[in-house]
Amino acid sequence: MDPTLQSVLLGLTVLFVLLHLAGFLIWVERRLLALMQDRLGPNRAGPFGLFIIVADIIKIFTKEDWTPPFADRPVFVLAPAIIMITALLGFTVVPFAPGLVVMDSNIGVLFFLAMSSMGIYSVILGGWASNSKYSLLGGLRMSAQMFSYEVFMGLALMGVVILAGSLNLSDIVEAQRGMWFVVPQFIGFVLFLIAGLAESHRLPFDMPEAESELVAGFHGEYSSMKFGMFFVGEYMGLTLISALIVTFFFGGWLGPGFLPPVVWFSLKTALFIGFFILLRAAIPRPRYDQLLAWGWKYLLPLSLVNLVATAVVVLIRHG
Amino acid sequence: MLSHIRTLWLVFLHLFRKKETIQYPEKKAYLAPRYRGRIILSRDPDGGERCVACQLCAVACPVDCIALDGTEDEHGRRFPSFFRINFSRCIYCGFCEEACPTYAIQLIPDFEMAEYNRKNLVYEKEDLLINGEGKYHGYNFYRVAGLAIKDKDKGEAENESPPVDPKSLLP
Repeated sequence: MDPTLQSVLLGLTVLFVLLHLAGFLIWVERRLLALMQDRLGPNRAGPFGLFIIVADIIKIFTKEDWTPPFADRPVFVLAPAIIMITALLGFTVVPFAPGLVVMDSNIGVLFFLAMSSMGIYSVILGGWASNSKYSLLGGLRMSAQMFSYEVFMGLALMGVVILAGSLNLSDIVEAQRGMWFVVPQFIGFVLFLIAGLAESHRLPFDMPEAESELVAGFHGEYSSMKFGMFFVGEYMGLTLISALIVTFFFGGWLGPGFLPPVVWFSLKTALFIGFFILLRAAIPRPRYDQLLAWGWKYLLPLSLVNLVATAVVVLIRHG
Repeated sequence: MLSHIRTLWLVFLHLFRKKETIQYPEKKAYLAPRYRGRIILSRDPDGGERCVACQLCAVACPVDCIALDGTEDEHGRRFPSFFRINFSRCIYCGFCEEACPTYAIQLIPDFEMAEYNRKNLVYEKEDLLINGEGKYHGYNFYRVAGLAIKDKDKGEAENESPPVDPKSLLP
């Protein structure tokens, strides 16, 4: 088959799967959170309450799509689109199985980092264009938080890049055939996990939303499907971070041969999504300045030390 | 840091705990006998209406949801000619029950009174009156205990019943 056509088909498949997955995750998160809090969660509509997704979608589509008169209209409409686009574009470089990657780029890591940085614009512009105080505060928080955590997010990945000797994600997975990078790069893994959590602004790092402080933060003025797109974008960011943790540190599609590589990849990703939901249920939100101080004072130096130490060890080995 | 990991582990263990949720329409939560729910009018052990239409409940009601008027039967016994409670106003405070001198009006553990039509929440006397004694058994307002006189204590004279302790079931 023509490789271009193949890429396009794969891209459409990924788009299809991801959009459905984002809807499915709404149910998964509500059920899992409920179970962790000794409740049952939505279990009425359909088998195991699965049709709650359909109900949610019908509800969110039939709501009034209201733009506040004081909002900056073009930017207000643009903001939710950006988060979807960047999250989806981030997935283009993720290898789901050998050869099964939309864009086998040799700067995959850089591309992902760039896309996750672009995602900030969605939140900042959304908060700015809403033209309300809480939204603006949410957007400001987001910019500071992303700025701080993005720095060592990239640095935490550099250890992996040094070990694999490539920025291509397929090569990074192949380099983990002997040992998953979580073992030599454990600090890098923890740092990337924390940074990824902050990047996808999920609880406990949901400063930009902070329901109890900023009501809903940057998407406080949004309604209907514009709000839905923020929601779906958040779940896709969560999936993306989980997929990338698996790719960088847990051997991507690698696993014992009795299951196909795609299944291994999906299983590991699902495990990390579950872990992120557990984090949401267990850990309270830190104070805003604590989060920034923690990032700059401890995590950034730690990632630098990790980077230098990895580089030294690799240099001595290959002398 | 260790405490955070312990937190994560403990929350994870809660996945396998018994759930607190009671799946309502199929299973129902226990409601105490003193639960303040739907209001009823009860009868005394002989089957007569306990209500003497004294209006104390209507006066005590903070939201004015009780309307009634009294009349007399051929023996001169008072009873309400109509008794109407607007449950869309009622706040289930139980003041009417406390005000009632004859234990006629009582709140029972039932809250399932949702209606599609608001007017259906106005209950008339035939909706309120039950055939039993409700929460207070064996009490009849007309079986007066009387007064203590020489050589005879309360309720020992002719046509008198032993006194009922009205405080026995109060909170």
